[in-house]
Amino acid sequence: MWSFHQIADFINDWLNQRFNPTWVTVIEMIITGILVISLFAVLGLVLVIMERKVSAWIQIRLGPNRVGPKGMFQSLADTLKLLVKEGMTPTGSDKFLFNLAPYIAMIVAMLLMAPLAFARNFQMWDMNIGVLYITAISSVSVISVLIAGWSSNNKYSLMGAMRAGAQIVSYELSAGLSILAVVVLTGSLNINEIIQSQANGWWIFKGHIPAIIAFVTFIIAVTAETNRAPFDLAEAESELTAGFHTEYSGMKFALFFLAEYVNVFIVCALGAILFFGGWMPFHIGNWQGFNHVMDFIPSSIWFFGKTFFLIFLIMWFRWTFPRLRIDQLLNLEWKYLLPISMFNILLVTAMAIGGWHF
Amino acid sequence: MIEDTAITEKGDLTINIGPQHPATHGVLHLAVTLNGETIKKVEPHLGYIHRSIEKMCESLTYRQFIYVTSRMDYLSAHINNHACALCVEKGMQIEVPERAQVIRVLMDELTRIASHELWWGAMAMDLGAFTPFFHAFRERETINDIMEETCGARLTMNYMVPGGVMADIHPNFQRKVKDFIKLYKQKIKEYDELLTGNIIFQNRMKGIGYLSAEDAISYGCTGPTARGSGVSSDIRKLYPYEVYDKISFDEILENEGDSFARYLVRIREMNESLKIIEQLIDHIPEGDYQAKTKAVLKLPKGEFYTRVETARGELGVYIVSEGATTPYRIKFRSPGFSNLSALDHMARGSKLGDLVAMMGTLDLVIPDIDR
Repeated sequence: MWSFHQIADFINDWLNQRFNPTWVTVIEMIITGILVISLFAVLGLVLVIMERKVSAWIQIRLGPNRVGPKGMFQSLADTLKLLVKEGMTPTGSDKFLFNLAPYIAMIVAMLLMAPLAFARNFQMWDMNIGVLYITAISSVSVISVLIAGWSSNNKYSLMGAMRAGAQIVSYELSAGLSILAVVVLTGSLNINEIIQSQANGWWIFKGHIPAIIAFVTFIIAVTAETNRAPFDLAEAESELTAGFHTEYSGMKFALFFLAEYVNVFIVCALGAILFFGGWMPFHIGNWQGFNHVMDFIPSSIWFFGKTFFLIFLIMWFRWTFPRLRIDQLLNLEWKYLLPISMFNILLVTAMAIGGWHF
Repeated sequence: MIEDTAITEKGDLTINIGPQHPATHGVLHLAVTLNGETIKKVEPHLGYIHRSIEKMCESLTYRQFIYVTSRMDYLSAHINNHACALCVEKGMQIEVPERAQVIRVLMDELTRIASHELWWGAMAMDLGAFTPFFHAFRERETINDIMEETCGARLTMNYMVPGGVMADIHPNFQRKVKDFIKLYKQKIKEYDELLTGNIIFQNRMKGIGYLSAEDAISYGCTGPTARGSGVSSDIRKLYPYEVYDKISFDEILENEGDSFARYLVRIREMNESLKIIEQLIDHIPEGDYQAKTKAVLKLPKGEFYTRVETARGELGVYIVSEGATTPYRIKFRSPGFSNLSALDHMARGSKLGDLVAMMGTLDLVIPDIDR
């Protein structure tokens, strides 16, 4: 069947026939880099139009429908507008840090894509500590927010950055603990092995109630970590105008904007990998015919389908819930989510040792 | 009652919310002193949209000045016009035909619902929920369509004239209002599902922005703001005008005094308004829609004061007449101004996010405060 890993193998073979191995590695790195950057841009555009369409659907309106068929090129036009806009640097700001911050946000988002498995055997970097890598790198994103808020020389930005700092650092704990639940069940930090372990059933079904608790905490924590409503205190529009990126305009703003959406994609992809089996098709026990039909659907469609389902879930949150207050936000994490996920880890560990999961 | 002025210490943060800010629904400027996220002081600065409506009214005749008042509290334009028309009628001792009275009350209550709808959406937006805004506007559009048909305008209707209303109601009016009642009864459930029952929303509203009954009276709060603190202040009940004394409706009172109480008062008030409309819509008496008045109105020498209940509270119109065709002096007692003055008292000690929520429940319309 025509799939991503066959294309990748074909290119690899073709290159190996013509160049020596060192050059092959260099060329493949460049190709991967270009692919990551294009994926970054394409994901941004797709997710922005998706968000606008989803919000329009929830808010009983039409959404963008002028540029291209059904407004599909609206975000392309918006990007074009942002590209030609003047990128202003406010006087009194720390110019170096101010210009650096969006790039940190972007680079973090790009780095996070490395261990994700987009389809069967289609992964940029199959490292043995994939999950740890993702949790480690995603904590760096708080630095870009803090730098942006601090260097803007704006009180709104500073407050937004301080909120974001408190929020991202706290919610990383429960996100990490809920990820750990699946790691405990699988016994591996390798993304590929985690997916392989779900060949006969996804963890959300196999792991009984503790897996569901882990999934719910995971979704709440990553929604907070990516600064999405109802946890969008860092850019709380009605309180802080735009929070940490108040002073940003043009492409620098667009980078923050894109990085936010790509981060949403990455955490949802991680959720799909950990709890919904990544690119693994949906199988039901001994139903051979059904399983065969499911296998027929390409693995990339499974992966993107699950990921976009989770993205839709997060978008649904955003357009339905009011925003939390900062103290309520931190209470939710430290008083509820963290104890629950700590207790849950114990349950999961007991389950893994006893082998009670399917 | 008068609190000491908070002295700004070193390390305090003063931020200016407004005049151009998404939270202020207009050009209100709040100088907020913060200690971290906690509010130490809120200082409203007014005057950004002052158009000297009171002074303008002095050079307009008694028929003309009513139209300017639509621009004060543009969300209850009908009720503003109504107050002015009442004041002129009081001075001229014009007897308003009963048909006109009923039409006026119907229009007032429709305006009140429309205004509360918009408040509901805007307040939810202050709290970070965008969707209610669109849901509220869907129903508000229906009211605007009804207004457009009968009054010829959607926002500043200018339908009330001294002696009655400007034109008779449109033949479709009764049918459309009944359709609206049917639609609205379905949709009000949606409001509760979407916002009132939401746990995040309740946590944001309950126990926030407490205003005791004594403070509400001292600050001169009226309307839903005062009624949320348990202060009976419905002019329609206390000093009935038009046909309000002939219809049965309840004054909504909540005793908690917090943001959620004010929220509930407005939500329940919409239902009361609907009740009034339901009672009147099938019983619009036949007759003239306007009393016979002279072409040029001259109020006798003296002072005249009327008050009505707008969507935001008590609106007072005070006219001093020297017997000429134009008023000598006009003063409006706007509800928003007094309600805003309680904001500092309510906000002290709460978080910045709560300030926005409190402003939402005060239902401020800035042109009404500044005039």
